[in-house]
Amino acid sequence: MPARKALKASTPLVLFAAIALAACGGGSDDGGGGGSEGGTAAEATNCTNKILQPDAKKVLVWAWYPNMAKVVDNFNKANTDVQVCWTNAGQGQPQYAKFQTAISAGKGAPDVIMLETEQLVGFEIQDALVDLAPFGADQVKANFSEGAWKDVSQGDAVYAIPVDGGPMAMIYRKDVFDKYGIEKIPTTWDEYAEAAQQMKDAGGPAFGDFGSNVPSAVTALMIQKGAQPFQYDLSDKQNITIKLDDQATKDVLTYWGDLVAKGLIGKEDQFNTDYITGMVGGKYATYVSAAWAPGYLTGQGVGQGKDSGNFAVAPLPQWDPANPVSVNWGGSTFAVTSQTGDKEAAAKVAMELYADDASLEDGWKTQTIFPLNQNVLKSDEFVNAEVEFFDGQTANKDIYVPAENAYAGAVYSPFTVYYYAQLQAQIAKINAGQVTGEQAATDLHAEIVKYAKGQGFNVK
Amino acid sequence: MTDLQTTTPVTPARKTRLPRASQIRKRDQIGWLFTLPFLVVFIAFLVAPLLYAGYLSLYTKGLATGTTFAGIDNYTRAFGDPSFRKGLWFVLKFSLVVIPLQMLVALLAALLLDEITGRLAGFSRLMIFLPYAVPAVIGALMWGFLYSPSFGPLEQIASLFNVQAPFLLSQGNVFYGLLNVVTWQWSGYYMIIIYAALKGIDHTLFEAARIDGASSPQIALRIKVPLVWPALGVILIFSLIGTLQFFAEPQILRNIANGSITPDFTPNIYAYETAFNYAQFNYASAISFTLGFVVFLAVGLFMFATRKRGGLFS
Repeated sequence: MPARKALKASTPLVLFAAIALAACGGGSDDGGGGGSEGGTAAEATNCTNKILQPDAKKVLVWAWYPNMAKVVDNFNKANTDVQVCWTNAGQGQPQYAKFQTAISAGKGAPDVIMLETEQLVGFEIQDALVDLAPFGADQVKANFSEGAWKDVSQGDAVYAIPVDGGPMAMIYRKDVFDKYGIEKIPTTWDEYAEAAQQMKDAGGPAFGDFGSNVPSAVTALMIQKGAQPFQYDLSDKQNITIKLDDQATKDVLTYWGDLVAKGLIGKEDQFNTDYITGMVGGKYATYVSAAWAPGYLTGQGVGQGKDSGNFAVAPLPQWDPANPVSVNWGGSTFAVTSQTGDKEAAAKVAMELYADDASLEDGWKTQTIFPLNQNVLKSDEFVNAEVEFFDGQTANKDIYVPAENAYAGAVYSPFTVYYYAQLQAQIAKINAGQVTGEQAATDLHAEIVKYAKGQGFNVK
Repeated sequence: MTDLQTTTPVTPARKTRLPRASQIRKRDQIGWLFTLPFLVVFIAFLVAPLLYAGYLSLYTKGLATGTTFAGIDNYTRAFGDPSFRKGLWFVLKFSLVVIPLQMLVALLAALLLDEITGRLAGFSRLMIFLPYAVPAVIGALMWGFLYSPSFGPLEQIASLFNVQAPFLLSQGNVFYGLLNVVTWQWSGYYMIIIYAALKGIDHTLFEAARIDGASSPQIALRIKVPLVWPALGVILIFSLIGTLQFFAEPQILRNIANGSITPDFTPNIYAYETAFNYAQFNYASAISFTLGFVVFLAVGLFMFATRKRGGLFS
């Protein structure tokens, strides 16, 4: 009886062995190349980067910025007393799962960790993050806008240092718009739906995409319509207000559900190979996304070769053009975990990593990040940059900086991971035509309220 | 009493028995020594985690409340949890289809391979077995590529005929998409089990049947199948346990399934999500134990139902 169990269990083992072997192969290659380095190789295998000062304090960092290797090198070159040992523990959710497990186990977390803004409260409530105010966080406060700083603070406590934001806009393909005769770039969601219909009537591709695996983007779009899903303050730990069945949420889910039902947009998950292939091939006319998306897409090979110069960006369509609302998708920070052995060194890393001019410049020039550092945001070079991905459009000046300046901040729940999983399930149901947007909002609300109560919150 | 035994002079009768008893004891000790490597691993990686999970499942931890003793609350909650029930219902339904299908494919392949001889037979046997040698994760990744709507071969073939290929992982098709992956992966392994059982059958039986005028299909149906019946029983138990714990394939394919594989798709995925994403290790332990109980019950029922048919496991 246990035979199959054992066999099943051995599968990951075999895989692990295969990976280990592959890693060995890679390792020996490196060894061949850097033979002159000699002694440090064994130590360096634990870090993705090279440690320049072997005797300095080492701070373990988890992060997934695509240009992280450069950023870490910049930090290590500039510092002699502290060195960053960097590992990519997964992009977003997979990394959070590892961090959560480390918190539950009481060990295994890194010293400094990259966290998206909406995840902070969930870890703060578990006492997993260190308050950085006593370690000089106020000294870097001036580098950030008030809203960005508010997102990482709870009262006087500061739980993370902001790195990048995600003001949303509408990326679109000029060639596809031209080919199917869409002349007016939609500025409202009504116009967006009309243009989508026009595109379909002309035999064009999907106008956009409503992927189930981007619940944070969908939440941002709900907030744009006026929804306020959560009200929560860590100083009043037990009480939370949840409002997911309000009209704004229902309207937004219904709007996208209708576009899907009419076959005007795709319903594919984003960030996987299929989606990227679609982006390359012009399968989607628009991509409602954040400022960091061009960098991500470029890294995946989108907008290159015969596709180059086809993309452009326009402000996020609005519900009420008289009162435009700006929203954020993503945006990330560095936080210090409470498992760190040296809070001071870790805090130094959190404040100074990805804060030097060279790293920030590399970040924004490759559009890997949309920096929140005011020194960059206000610099002429950044504001007037002609973005290659958008065929020389001054995207920062025209679209992203105004969007970021208008962003008012948002309040997140302490169980973002669960909320996103449930929203994802509802989007999948909407896409499969199993529920209406209205029903999805009602179900989602009931589900989240039930969960919050089960976690011991007083739900209002 | 023991004092008395050791100090009193030994009677002749005892004299003959005592060395033998100590010898047996010694042999027992050596026997235990041999099982020690297994025992250590068994206790460290199965018994201890099980006990720990059992302990965890009796507590509950809320984000706002901290850890409290819950008794059997987690278990009652699991049985009433629509997510858990939904997942359980899925794997039961899936078992009901996938197990007979796998067994049928495996049996047919084994019977055919038993009939033919020569190099082709050896080659075919290897090819049918090969999917099992591919790790489940790699297999699922490969199928993910094959099912892909933008660059998979299904789509390319369909586009030749100007039709849209069905997406085998969509909400309505995911059952069949997974059915195909699992059948592909495991049929070869079961085929080998049946094939081995067939090779163990005394050939004089077939000769006798042929002399009596039986055709090949008749021999297969009337002689071979009844004689490999116990092997089929073993396979059923294997696959029942495996399918109820369905995890790897849907977990891998989730990435490209556009949301049709939910976090509560199967009980094991649900337990995994609950533990590692929602940080509810206590409730996840209870879910795992409940699933274990269901598996135990299903296998027990099966063995009870077949106990009169010549004792599969006697």
